[in-house]
Amino acid sequence: MTQPIVEMIGMHKHFGAVRAVDDVSCDLRPGEVVGLLGHNGAGKTTLIKILAGVYAQDGGTIKVRGQPVAFASPRDAQRAGIETIYQHLALADNIDAAGNLFLGRELLTRWGTLDTHRMAHEAGKIIRRINPSFTQTHLPVRALSGGQRQTVAIARALYFDAKILIMDEPTAALGPGETKMVKDIIRGLKQDGIGIYLVSHEMRDVFDVCDRLVVLKNGKLVGTAKVSEVTEDDVLGMIILGKSPVPRAATGATPA
Amino acid sequence: MISMVLALIAIWIGLELATSGLFLSARNLYNLSIQTSAIAVVSCGMVFVIVARQIDLSVGSLLAFTGVLTAFAQVRWFEGMASATWMLSIVVGLAAGVVVGLFQGWWVAYRGIPALVVTLAGFLMYRGAAFLIAQGQTIAPLDETYQRLGGGAAGSIGVAASWVIGAAGCTWLGWYVWNTRRERAKYTADQTPVWLDVIKVIVGVAAIAGFVAVMASYPDRSQADDDGNAPGMGIGVPVLILIGVVVVLSFLAHRTRFGRYVFAYGGNPESAVLAGINTRFVLVKIFVMMGILSTVAAVITTARLNAGANSIGQLTELYAISAAVIGGTSLAGGVGSVPGAVVGALVIQSLDNGMVLLDIGSAQRQIIIGLVLIAAVWFDVVYTKRQSR
Repeated sequence: MTQPIVEMIGMHKHFGAVRAVDDVSCDLRPGEVVGLLGHNGAGKTTLIKILAGVYAQDGGTIKVRGQPVAFASPRDAQRAGIETIYQHLALADNIDAAGNLFLGRELLTRWGTLDTHRMAHEAGKIIRRINPSFTQTHLPVRALSGGQRQTVAIARALYFDAKILIMDEPTAALGPGETKMVKDIIRGLKQDGIGIYLVSHEMRDVFDVCDRLVVLKNGKLVGTAKVSEVTEDDVLGMIILGKSPVPRAATGATPA
Repeated sequence: MISMVLALIAIWIGLELATSGLFLSARNLYNLSIQTSAIAVVSCGMVFVIVARQIDLSVGSLLAFTGVLTAFAQVRWFEGMASATWMLSIVVGLAAGVVVGLFQGWWVAYRGIPALVVTLAGFLMYRGAAFLIAQGQTIAPLDETYQRLGGGAAGSIGVAASWVIGAAGCTWLGWYVWNTRRERAKYTADQTPVWLDVIKVIVGVAAIAGFVAVMASYPDRSQADDDGNAPGMGIGVPVLILIGVVVVLSFLAHRTRFGRYVFAYGGNPESAVLAGINTRFVLVKIFVMMGILSTVAAVITTARLNAGANSIGQLTELYAISAAVIGGTSLAGGVGSVPGAVVGALVIQSLDNGMVLLDIGSAQRQIIIGLVLIAAVWFDVVYTKRQSR
């Protein structure tokens, strides 16, 4: 099997007395989509924010390509090739698509000033590649639809050549057509060897695109399973009851 | 902003009629331009503060503090030294402004104290500090060259230099419009219609030429010859300072990462953090900028008064905030423009100046300007609602 591109080992994070993430380990291989599931407050978002460099962990080790890393800021995580698409998309509503795409990593002219025209050009190119019908890249993003905003967020990850992608509820606010678009993009990225953590509530999405899934409950790891070896009911049992999955093969071998 | 320019023109016409020709006289317009400068300098910086969802109530007190300090340094410390020590006194004032900006910015950005609280405390502290510097004494007179920065006697750059600056402004405007068209043509299809750009240039050139012509037609009595013929004043030095501030701050807002981050933070603070922007440092820089601009306004004010006193700059913070808001800066953050703040300052000062000409008392003037502020914010509320729909 290929070397994991990300290993999170024994992660801990607490906010005051609340153990948001409590001894969770999970890894990710290139070209693999790992679903992160659990109720609200299970610790999914905290876990990915640690990997994205937003929070510092209180315990545990992160390795990227086998090397231990310490992220002091989102910028450090970006430098390690980790891009994150947040649930609320993390866009500045008053700024246009190009400005958002390059936010924090602007293209500069040789005098060190913003190269707005080149940024608009580059943003237009990559956005049209993802979503050919999206041409209003000069409007403030508040004027855009959910799918267009999602396109901007995904374009940001693609432009900066993510090797590891974190997607937090990427289809939550989207219609059916837009959801299909996002899933197609995920499959395409997988082909390119990008490792993806997908946080989702949508069982359909998870079973459509994920290879493995990781279930959290109350900050603790319930279990990890290959999608091909579990049913939706098994997964719901893990999420709701915190039951470790019993592989179907094993169930079949055991007399009832 | 165009609506505010139209409102300003309406106010001017109204005041011109009400004062039967006094308001739009060269003399009054020159005075108006000088009176507006100090407030406008501060309100340009206030745009950045409000766009970043902050507020700064300390600028008036800070203006008094750095103003008295500059005057004190000039008169007491550097007295009898070389002739250009007034420049050194400005450096002292600017340094104090930077230190105060760092102090306020640090509390806001790194200690999480709301800017309202920090700058309200500053509002009290810096005027107290201004008193302590000279035990409440008014420090005067100031250096004669320094006084020219206030736009009083010999406080303008003369007719020839004014036309040079006006020509430079027109050239820049033409180049800017042409360059924007060229860049657009390079990358995208949608282009503003030619006639609109032509109108833009014509109106801009007419406004610049009109302004310079009026300033040049106001005779400078201090340089009159024996027959009483006096050359024109030209653009006042404070106006020149204001133009410099507007150019620099507009550049910062649109062409630099700092400006982009100020707007991004105002639009969505969380997204700015998640994008890896060092938002705390951005906030500190904003308050440092306000410290510098307060000092610039302090220099204009003290030079104009030919004195440093701890009573100067009262209500400056409120006028500056009002000017920014009237000029289209949204108190919700994320939206604002530097030239808009200048228009806002002009609206306030025009009303104030015009009502003085009409012999309206200061109490009534305050009431009317307050009502104008409410109207402007109401406009902002209506506009924001329409945007979010």
